[in-house]
Amino acid sequence: MSFLRQALAIAAKDLRSEVRSKETVNASLSFALVILLLFSFAFDPDSDQVREIAGGLLWLVFAFAGTLILNRSFARELVNDCLDALIASPVSGAQLFLGKCLANYTLLIIVECISLPVFAIFYNVRLPHSLLLLFLVMLLGTWGITVIGTLFSAMTVNLRLRELMLPTLVYPLLIPALMGAIQLSSVLIAGDPLGEQNLFWFRLLAGFDVIFTFLALLLVEIVLVG
Amino acid sequence: MSPASAVAIEGVWKYYGDFPALRDITFDVKAGSCLALLGRNGAGKTTLLRILAGLSKAARGTITILGGDARAEKTRQRIGILGHGIGVYEELSAFENLRLFGRLYGVDDPRKTATEWLERTGLDRVRDGLVREFSRGMRQRLAVARCFLHNPSVLLLDEPFTALDDRAIHVLQELLKTALAEGRTIIMSTHQLREALELATDVALINRGKLGFRGERTWEMLEDPGWLYRHYGEA
Amino acid sequence: MRLKIILALCTLSAALLAMDLYRIFLIVPDEASQGPIFRIIYFHVPAAITSFTGFYVAMFSSIGFLMTRNLRLDAAAAAINEVSLAFATVTLVTGSIWGRVIWGIWWTWDPRLTSFFVCWLIYVGYFMLRRAIDDPTARARLSAAFSIFACVDIVLVWKSIEWFRTQHPGPVLEIRGGGGMAPGMESPLWWNLLALLMLSAALILVRMRQEAMQREIDSMRRFAHAF
Repeated sequence: MSFLRQALAIAAKDLRSEVRSKETVNASLSFALVILLLFSFAFDPDSDQVREIAGGLLWLVFAFAGTLILNRSFARELVNDCLDALIASPVSGAQLFLGKCLANYTLLIIVECISLPVFAIFYNVRLPHSLLLLFLVMLLGTWGITVIGTLFSAMTVNLRLRELMLPTLVYPLLIPALMGAIQLSSVLIAGDPLGEQNLFWFRLLAGFDVIFTFLALLLVEIVLVG
Repeated sequence: MSPASAVAIEGVWKYYGDFPALRDITFDVKAGSCLALLGRNGAGKTTLLRILAGLSKAARGTITILGGDARAEKTRQRIGILGHGIGVYEELSAFENLRLFGRLYGVDDPRKTATEWLERTGLDRVRDGLVREFSRGMRQRLAVARCFLHNPSVLLLDEPFTALDDRAIHVLQELLKTALAEGRTIIMSTHQLREALELATDVALINRGKLGFRGERTWEMLEDPGWLYRHYGEA
Repeated sequence: MRLKIILALCTLSAALLAMDLYRIFLIVPDEASQGPIFRIIYFHVPAAITSFTGFYVAMFSSIGFLMTRNLRLDAAAAAINEVSLAFATVTLVTGSIWGRVIWGIWWTWDPRLTSFFVCWLIYVGYFMLRRAIDDPTARARLSAAFSIFACVDIVLVWKSIEWFRTQHPGPVLEIRGGGGMAPGMESPLWWNLLALLMLSAALILVRMRQEAMQREIDSMRRFAHAF
């Protein structure tokens, strides 16, 4: 499908740029490590208490470190007026958006996959046997963060106070997805079985992802062009 | 719109809030002609070009390029743009940049086309060099390659000769002359009256959002570039 | 004409509020378990309903703008959202006071109050976004997109916080565990709602007038610069 091919060309371009410069991933990883360190001062890393709030801690790290990556997403296109070159090309707003989402998603997952074992080590949290389920939660939750973050990166690209605005706009909107991800992660890390009750959170995450991907694809042309 | 019009602009208005940046702009550009779009700073030249390039939308009116809407995919495949920024990526190589845009523009063989254009703009020796290491002249030539590589029928250029070094000016002029000879259409906004008027077959002057003059480029304009502003410009 | 409508709405609203205040404080008896503080519900709930309704009406105004590109619809959306944000603040403050009196704490993470807090944050973001954009047409377009996102999101916020609270129960602001109120006690609530809706309509009209004047000033300034 040509739609996907163009989107993948843009995703590949973003990833290739990032591999060469490594700026964003490095900054994001450093930030994640700093947050993990700072949190260790707030909580006694050895206590059982940590197990209860592990889900929350983890997703706070993911969300904060992720914002660095998402902020850069459209901002990096401003150099040399590349954004204009892309929008003027036959690529539609939706293809451009999807390509950027795929690239951002990849980078976010990489940062998360590195942060997760570090987190487990710092906080002496034994990672659950249900690692696969935890990974599924990461995949679902991260897509929600990616879609909203990338869209708002497009929306704020030309604004003066872009870096300040993106977190303020994005975090409240992410609350349903973050809640779901945090609840599920906490249960999985504590080693408890996922009951009937918690299936709601999976449905919420999936629903959030589907609804906002659809809405973003619908609105992105209006946001980018007019 | 007559069949020979490559670009037809009809009753276009553009607002910033209640302020009209473009007011009832209507004119045609015949296929194979070169239109110099003149006007003082802030007159609306760039605003109009951006709408033609599909970068923003007119509030009122219609724009027809090569028989299609400015934002349609098929139309954009046949338009080449050259703006203030070079529109190429710093962390990619010259070849990777051209191959990317070749793909985005649906060129048959992006690699081959990219290599061809690197040769035509004298950049084949630095094909794998990253753009961030290029000199200014090399970047400009790469930008020109990006603009032309998909064989566009319509070229939209926003002040193309500004900030070009001599070699790049020469390359661009030759390319534009060849393009015109091949029947392509060029719309070029400019301050550099001399270079633009040499190439131009037609002229349009925008005064504070309104069309002040639209006609053929005459010898008077070429001999005395300020003529147009004196006769049709506003104080 | 518009001024007359605004004055009429304000007068009616004031009259209704006065009448309700009389009934609330002098006629309605104290509630069995909560005592006098429960009267705050007569302001807390109508403010909440007004605010919530406003956000969704504004969303439709935003969609209308995207379809017609008429800047007056954007002015309406911004005005409605601003007034709704004010009423959301009232909801939060009254809810907080209520919680303080009943449970001794200023904030209880009650599901509805928490959802309102998230709404409040989202719309504070909306106004930050508007302030950061200079071009009125772009401002209208982007805040319209934001409004649509926000309203869809609020539904999910509400549901997720509700479910969270069923899994982790906590104090909830309600009259008698959620059961209805005695019939005589309920009507001031609905009259107050009407009063607040009229008041918000008046405020919205005032605000829209301000937006129209701001647009005029803005375009005159651009005109002057162009010369």
